[in-house]
Amino acid sequence: MASPSLIPSGDFRTSYAVDTTIFPTTTSRNFAILGIILTCFAPLVFSEYWLAILIQIGIFGIAALGLNILVGFTGQISIGHAAFFLLGAFTSAYISNKTPIPVFFAIPLAGLVTAMVGLIFGLPAARLKGLYLVIATLAAQYILLDFFSRAEWFSGGSVPAMANPFSIFGYVLRGDRQYFYVVLAYVVVSYLLVTNLMRSRDGRALVAVRDHYLSAEIMGINLTKYRTLSFGLAAFFAGIAGALYAHYQLVVSNEGFGIERSILFLAMVIIGGTGSIMGTLMGTAFVVLLPESMEWISAELKGSAIDRALQLNNNLTFLREIAIGLIIIAFLVFEPDGLAHRWRQIKTYWKLYPFSH
Amino acid sequence: MAVALDVRGVSLRFGGVRALTDVSFAVNDGELFSIIGPNGAGKTSIVNCISGRYRPTEGQLFYHGTDITGLNPNARPGLGIGRTFQNLALFHHMSVLDNIMVGRHHLLKNNFLTGSLYWLTGARKEELEHRRKVEEIIDFLDLQSVRKATAGTLPYGLRKRVELARAMALEPNLILLDEPMAGMNFEEKEDMARYIVDLNEEYGMTVMMIEHDMDVVMDISHRVMVLDFGRKIAEGDPAAVLADPHVKRAYLGEEDEALVDPDHAPIVAESAA
Repeated sequence: MASPSLIPSGDFRTSYAVDTTIFPTTTSRNFAILGIILTCFAPLVFSEYWLAILIQIGIFGIAALGLNILVGFTGQISIGHAAFFLLGAFTSAYISNKTPIPVFFAIPLAGLVTAMVGLIFGLPAARLKGLYLVIATLAAQYILLDFFSRAEWFSGGSVPAMANPFSIFGYVLRGDRQYFYVVLAYVVVSYLLVTNLMRSRDGRALVAVRDHYLSAEIMGINLTKYRTLSFGLAAFFAGIAGALYAHYQLVVSNEGFGIERSILFLAMVIIGGTGSIMGTLMGTAFVVLLPESMEWISAELKGSAIDRALQLNNNLTFLREIAIGLIIIAFLVFEPDGLAHRWRQIKTYWKLYPFSH
Repeated sequence: MAVALDVRGVSLRFGGVRALTDVSFAVNDGELFSIIGPNGAGKTSIVNCISGRYRPTEGQLFYHGTDITGLNPNARPGLGIGRTFQNLALFHHMSVLDNIMVGRHHLLKNNFLTGSLYWLTGARKEELEHRRKVEEIIDFLDLQSVRKATAGTLPYGLRKRVELARAMALEPNLILLDEPMAGMNFEEKEDMARYIVDLNEEYGMTVMMIEHDMDVVMDISHRVMVLDFGRKIAEGDPAAVLADPHVKRAYLGEEDEALVDPDHAPIVAESAA
């Protein structure tokens, strides 16, 4: 297999600044910008259904990005990410309801509050590793969820909390078509911030802690600080994503944010590629789209010749769930490095086509 | 000559195992100091005490007069102590460049906030300045061709060199090299010896080295210390140390009744009278 770091001929880097850009070539950067501009037209082209899916990918993509900092880059693990997501949602709803602070500022504030709580729950990470840390983060999941179901002043307890719609300077954004741009802006900014983080001092320190913590310490890296910090950063993005979700759904409840959602976040990170920023978005898209496409396939199958021949009837629903599980297992077996890795290989293939040797 | 590192009566015990027993020595500023000894003599334990991996059970360590006995390992690069590892300890999934950049950690000021806002906070400018320093080290160690390679994919000799580069990036005054030439062929050893001498003479770093290759040790060291079973058995200039009967016995297992003394209990029962 050809080297993944192919540089086209004639691309000479004559300064360190040119060598540290996010995109390896000008063309790739322009393509990325073009991609974002084209995405801006999505609300004009797509139906409400597809927009809702895109918004979901965006929101969960931000949360998964946070988890990738923790799991992919720092080598820790957390199965309490959904609780932080929910904490961000409740906090933003609380702030925008109970205080005069507008939603515009409530979202980043919710991120900060969640980051603080994340730092506290991250403290055990200084001492615990592997399976022990999994259990410690599991505690975070249950403690927070229990808090949400009991603290009526904060989350409304058993009654779902209401969240105000997003507004800028008194102009209220209504509907998916307008909210799409808010999510898009947050996705672009979040992914840029994390990309920058990973090419500067603290990002390298996080990866160093993952790769070899003993020598990281000798290099002057404070292990406790960075292990805890990664929890804070992960919680921050979970909080932002949760807040965006709250003002999108306009109602927040515990429903659907149990441990299975936390594991789904982990699946996004692993399927996309641990330690890959763009891979996170691909993984999220995969996890969000898989049930949707299965839904579509089973709808197509219903009443078709195959259905009639095999007499699937109601079993189709169960088969769908099984298929989702099977696809994820097959994916992990055949593509353990994630979608980001496969994407790099495809790019390399086309760069060299037809002379791949 | 000022004393850079002063080790006073350091003992290290792991349960009943005595890794080090009352070891004292001093490394002067600008010196190239080597520690030799058979396997399990406690050489790496000494380096681990100096770099903070282990805390000595007894005794104290002073670096330029500062007591560093209980100092956190991550505070030591700031004082000017850097090290390499015997068994490679690179960040395997990072590029060679990033590995060396990690060495600049304690010299860089940007953090997760300013680093994330790369262009707005001067983090970019700072990173590029340090990139320049790193490139100087890359030039010095001839690593240009593997700059962007993933550290884990490099052959052994090169990885050792990357590790030296990373330790150099710390800009230490005292650099601890734990078997920098282990597992290298003759040519690679020659290169590495040249780098170490240059490190000492051109960069003015005080070098403390553990090495098994006696030819290299004798050629480039200013002074040599010999450890055996966690005790210091000799210290001095290379030729004198090599001639020392204790050293001969430690390495070759020679019987010598002249060596019977309370500090060095004879392995062979004395019979001659």
